[in-house]
Amino acid sequence: MSEEVKVFGAWGSPFSRRVELALRLKGVQYEYIEEDIFNNKSPLLLKYNPVHKKVPVLLHNGKPIAESLVILEYIEETWKSNPILPEDPYDKAMARFWAKFLDDKCLPALWKAGWSPENEREKAVEEACECLKTLEGALNGKRFFGGATVGLVDIAANFIAHWLGIIQEATGHELLSAEKFPHLFKWTDEFVSCSIVKESLPPRDKLLAFFKDRIAGAMDAPTEASK
Amino acid sequence: MADVKLHGFWASPFSYRVIWALKIKGVDYEYIEEDLSNKSELLLKYNPVYKKIPVLVHGGKPIAESLVILEYIEETWPGNPLLPSDPYEKAMARFWIQFAVAKASVYRAFFVSTGGEDQEKARKDWLEVLKILEDQALGDKKFFGGDTINLVDISYGVLAYWFKNTEEVIGIKVLEPTTLPRLSQWVQNFMQVPVIKENIPDSHKMLAYLRIVREKIIVAEQHNK
Repeated sequence: MSEEVKVFGAWGSPFSRRVELALRLKGVQYEYIEEDIFNNKSPLLLKYNPVHKKVPVLLHNGKPIAESLVILEYIEETWKSNPILPEDPYDKAMARFWAKFLDDKCLPALWKAGWSPENEREKAVEEACECLKTLEGALNGKRFFGGATVGLVDIAANFIAHWLGIIQEATGHELLSAEKFPHLFKWTDEFVSCSIVKESLPPRDKLLAFFKDRIAGAMDAPTEASK
Repeated sequence: MADVKLHGFWASPFSYRVIWALKIKGVDYEYIEEDLSNKSELLLKYNPVYKKIPVLVHGGKPIAESLVILEYIEETWPGNPLLPSDPYEKAMARFWIQFAVAKASVYRAFFVSTGGEDQEKARKDWLEVLKILEDQALGDKKFFGGDTINLVDISYGVLAYWFKNTEEVIGIKVLEPTTLPRLSQWVQNFMQVPVIKENIPDSHKMLAYLRIVREKIIVAEQHNK
């Protein structure tokens, strides 16, 4: 059965990369459409996501779905191989809780801490570290948040595994250190070392250059355009 | 059969989301009222991350975050389904539930607005959010769930009840038949659903409470400026 699967994304967006990773983990073939989210969003994107006008959008047999975590749940339900959610309803609830924690609290705190002006930095860093500490606890010595294999929470935490380290390098401010958060730090290595994950991450040097440019000039926060 | 407990707060729309879902599914549960100014040891133990209500405890295992709880209830007690079975329709339901989360800051801005240009902008922004909801999520349906309510309706329960009192506290009407005819009708329809009608907080108490909460937030924000 031939199915049409398309992903509208942006090369640097952790949110659109989440969707690509999930599809790749399940061996789903898809066509990728790169959107110029800062300067020139395509008419198709605006048609498929009129409410938020953002990437990622998944198009399955002509039907569009927006919001990365909603898309991940849809992918999980539609393509059954290599499940990314536990079967047990309680464990599933825990996974959803942590994915939500990442989006509602953790990622905004990390982003804020990365780009805070000097006078707000201390408080922002404190909040970000609280979040990282919570995640360290949630990992609880496991190899992945999903246990033995990559799951929904690992995919949702992709920003921490790849983008965060690059932002740290660009800004010179460290948040996630091996000393302070040993398990989480080790997790970032485990995660990016998976071959399928590696293939689905944006190139490090391109991202670093992007963030350095952002520091040099004034730009809108990418999260607004690229979620 | 494991026991079910709900730690909630009488004035919280999030607490009511869980109550409505449990009632619709006919699940027996013990309700524990939390004093938010003096949270119980149990609550802090069950929700160490946010320290908030609602928390559902099923067979001794706690779940926090109302939307996560709703999904858990849907899966654990499949009778009277509250989500579509078709994966695409389910995704659409989840999208609209998430829309409320994305626009919570717009609601908050309106809630704490005190006057002048700021308030006018906050009102306009919030009206726009409601228009999108009315137009694209509700359309011409009786409920977001179609002929009967589902998790989307439950998620937007705050509009049906709490918002009316909020408008009275602020002194500005936004959700009216002239500006939002279909959404206004949805409010009426939603409040007539027996499970909803029989499970709402006391109106006078709510009005007084919202006044106090709003005052507190406004004062706190002025201190932070």
